[in-house]
Amino acid sequence: MTLRIFVPRDAAAVAVGADDVAFGLGLAAARRGVDIEIVRTGSRGLYWLEPMIEVATPDGRVAFGPVTASEAGSVLDAMVSDGAHPLRLGLTGDIDWLRRQTRLSFARCGVIDPRSVEDYTGHDGYKGLARALELGSEAILAEVTASGLRGRGGAGFPTGIKWKTVAQAAADRKYIVCNADEGDSGTFADRMIMEGDPLVVIEGMTIAGIAVGASKGYIYIRSEYPHAVAAMNAAISAARRAGYLGPRIGGSSHDFDLEVRVGAGAYVCGEETSLLESLEGRRGIVRAKPPLPAHRGLFGKPTVINNVLSFAAIPFILADGARAYADFGTGRSRGTMPIQLAGNVRHGGLFEVAFGITLGELVDDIGGGTLTGRPVRAVQVGGPLGAYFPRALFDTPFDYEAFAARDGLIGHGGIVVFDDSVDMSRQARFAMEFCAIESCGKCTPCRIGSTRGVETIDRIRAGERVAENIAVVEDLCNTMKFGSLCALGGFTPYPVMSALKHFREDFGPAPTRLQAAE
Amino acid sequence: MTPVYEPWDAARGGEIIAGHGHLEGATLVILHALQEAFGYVPEPAIPMIASTLNLSRAEVHGVFTFYPDFRRAPAGRHVLKLCRAEACQAAGGDALAARAEARLGIAVGSTTADDLTTLEAVYCLGLCATAPSAMLDGRPVGRLDPARIDALVAEAQR
Repeated sequence: MTLRIFVPRDAAAVAVGADDVAFGLGLAAARRGVDIEIVRTGSRGLYWLEPMIEVATPDGRVAFGPVTASEAGSVLDAMVSDGAHPLRLGLTGDIDWLRRQTRLSFARCGVIDPRSVEDYTGHDGYKGLARALELGSEAILAEVTASGLRGRGGAGFPTGIKWKTVAQAAADRKYIVCNADEGDSGTFADRMIMEGDPLVVIEGMTIAGIAVGASKGYIYIRSEYPHAVAAMNAAISAARRAGYLGPRIGGSSHDFDLEVRVGAGAYVCGEETSLLESLEGRRGIVRAKPPLPAHRGLFGKPTVINNVLSFAAIPFILADGARAYADFGTGRSRGTMPIQLAGNVRHGGLFEVAFGITLGELVDDIGGGTLTGRPVRAVQVGGPLGAYFPRALFDTPFDYEAFAARDGLIGHGGIVVFDDSVDMSRQARFAMEFCAIESCGKCTPCRIGSTRGVETIDRIRAGERVAENIAVVEDLCNTMKFGSLCALGGFTPYPVMSALKHFREDFGPAPTRLQAAE
Repeated sequence: MTPVYEPWDAARGGEIIAGHGHLEGATLVILHALQEAFGYVPEPAIPMIASTLNLSRAEVHGVFTFYPDFRRAPAGRHVLKLCRAEACQAAGGDALAARAEARLGIAVGSTTADDLTTLEAVYCLGLCATAPSAMLDGRPVGRLDPARIDALVAEAQR
């Protein structure tokens, strides 16, 4: 009997040795004369256990991790004999960290072979498209609107309304664009889903194409994600071969095809209008809005531009209905959010859960506190443009409005954990420095403000007229927040102001800060 | 794996440009393809792209210089990218970057005198739950500690 073993090909799993483990398993099997089949999957998202490998058994998959190449032989023996092993984690489905999640978008990630359409359809894939083809444009739009889905890239704009605007626009050509320029530190959900279940993104984009009447789509992936680019390209080819992309998709009257485009290291291209400029072959300079991309987007045509996670949520909404999705969540934040726990955290990874869970539960309970074992002092939520929250705000529920009410944002759902050795004035300085490095240069508040911000924070850190210089930073932040064209300059004040507000003791001459860290 | 590049050749460059010229918004695609072939974007290619795409040389130059990925000159034999963003900072990445700089005797953003190693900063590899992380010649490496960064630097000097 052939033993089916699942080894992730996810870039983060590979970064901690998954390829070596796969190679080691092959060697060990050959030496023992055991017949095995290695299936390369995505990651389940339990990164502290990566490389986590699984074996198919009659009771379900049994997981082992974190496995090193030198342990591949002994793990294989335990798989063959169904015996004990120090790295044996039991049935994957029974792992508490997974059981506590609500995996709608990530249901298949880490489970299936991401390059196999057959595996995808065997795990409920393309059911959403089948229903979408039955429903037709108007009913799809109604369904997406009723689901309450909001843009998962960070802005939180209702997806249904965006799609409706494009559907109603009259044009000879329309485009579907997937923003896969996931540049925020602490976020990796886009990368994970593109590597682990790219077809769900393809299916979501295809449904969008049918809904608004577009036959061409682009996926703009950042160059820092070569594994995601390869996985996405392989999945597009597979979908084309199976008739799910190209002319007359799924035997219908609709044509839809996709192309991957690769970014070139500019963070600002994650901003939608800058991304469109880049796709058109130009510098990634932000466009003034209006016109909205829904009216005049890519090549001046009506364009749906959504984040990877927004598209990944669509197949479930269509297959199981808007209500099934909207039943999860709280207030105006409906459905689930794939939350990413990162940085100095014991249990880092992807945790998809309904909106409403508190920040404290996520960091202390699910994340297990810091990896260093020191107390958590601050968390940054929502990437480099997100606010730093102290423990005092850990009762904040994870939802768009609740974070906004406390001068923060959930952004793309990344949470970076810092222990008590963090120097918050240094983090504030980095926020300004990052903005200065990545600014596209079009608007003055962002271009000049960020550089002046770095200089002023340096003066504060040197103990130079601290109170006056803090007032300058606050004033600068105000100008950037209200005067910048896009979120880069407009949101850089979030990390800076939150650091100032909640960690004021770190802003002053070095000795004070060092004492604070003791 | 160390990438192997062709020396610049105008005819070969022209072929690459022509091969992508039909695409919508082809500039970035062409620049990537040239860099993949030659290891950098040779200056003579800029007017060639401009003429194929019916753009001005200034426009193509503007695009080329806007994006940090595109190189004006070949990189070192190995390219070691260290993630310097917040998640890696939280996990001690700054100290490891300083260690790599000290071992190589160069600052992030430069190449060793023997052209063996280019050390670069990258703002997020999406390996934030296995931080601190790096990428050596396209291969991701996570959970870096002093021993692993030393091994990585040694590998980048071969």
